[in-house]
Amino acid sequence: MKQAYVLASGTNTDEVARETIFWILAVASIGAALAMILVRRAVHCAMMLAVVMLALATMYAMQGAPFLAFVQIIVYTGAVLMLFLFVIMLIGISSADSVVETIKGQRMAAGLVAIGFFVILILGIGHAALGPATPATAANGTNNLSGLATLIFTTYVFPFEVTGALLITAALGAMVLAHRERTTPRPTQRQLAARRLASGHMAPDPSPGVYALHDAADRPALLPDGTTSDLSVSTVLAPRVVTEEPPSVPPRKEQEAITAESGREPASSGRADA
Amino acid sequence: MSPVHYVSLAVILFVIGAVGVLVRRNAIVIFMCVELMLNACNLAFVAFASMHGNLDGQVIAFFVMVVAAAEVVVGLAILMAIYRARRSASVDDANLLKY
Repeated sequence: MKQAYVLASGTNTDEVARETIFWILAVASIGAALAMILVRRAVHCAMMLAVVMLALATMYAMQGAPFLAFVQIIVYTGAVLMLFLFVIMLIGISSADSVVETIKGQRMAAGLVAIGFFVILILGIGHAALGPATPATAANGTNNLSGLATLIFTTYVFPFEVTGALLITAALGAMVLAHRERTTPRPTQRQLAARRLASGHMAPDPSPGVYALHDAADRPALLPDGTTSDLSVSTVLAPRVVTEEPPSVPPRKEQEAITAESGREPASSGRADA
Repeated sequence: MSPVHYVSLAVILFVIGAVGVLVRRNAIVIFMCVELMLNACNLAFVAFASMHGNLDGQVIAFFVMVVAAAEVVVGLAILMAIYRARRSASVDDANLLKY
């Protein structure tokens, strides 16, 4: 009997340890779930969702579902959450919700609905005949994995094949939705060359920061007359250096003095200074 | 731990996910809250499976995971298409069908 109970629970830890783990995980997952709906940034939300999913995976393992626990970690936390992070990366990592309510009283109404829903569900569970965990029966097979495989490939073989069709359809749908039709013909090499000639800027863009005091990619290059060239800084970097001090540009005389002092090329003097 | 505890936790997580779907505006966050609700359902299924001592609940939870993966793929692709067209992931901005 004891052996059967351990098989049902899926772990060999005693009851006290399992209870402790459950309460720690329950508090952690509820806290993370609450943080999910309270934090403003989508990335933080994804991290909180990862905490919930890992806590649930541990709970699956404690309830005698080791296969589901690993699928939860590999498929959910590994693949699905990474997909979410990829889309957050594409859409913009700084996309934060505004705190303004567009519908008046929406949050209050949502809270009331949630409380009512919660009460109804808890009452339903209280009335349902929920018994204690029963020991695993012989139908489970020798272990969790072979028992699941037997069920999936006998009783549930038709739903299993339908999920295969569903996955293929989903992959096709994602491809169709992500495909972008070209509305204008692709410019030829001749057109590109003509465009470059017409722009009046034929040479490649200057490299950033090589002749400035700082040898960094976000520092603009110095032109021969001492001014800086905005062309040399990547447009992606420009919004990121807003918080820093504006790039200091040494006057030409100072630059010459540094060069004379060290007796080296301006490029290397800049690197030594940084 | 008895299955009642796990089912109660699943109820709490499900309700929190539902509130998130109701109050948040960022489509990705709404999507993640839907995932939270699906996970809560899975927890209840596994708890019922351990209560009955068979594996049917675990098989259903497995199918829920497969369907959730397919749903995420299509949903995020739709999200990307909307973002490309409207430069915004807020559900308030996708209002062409309003009125």
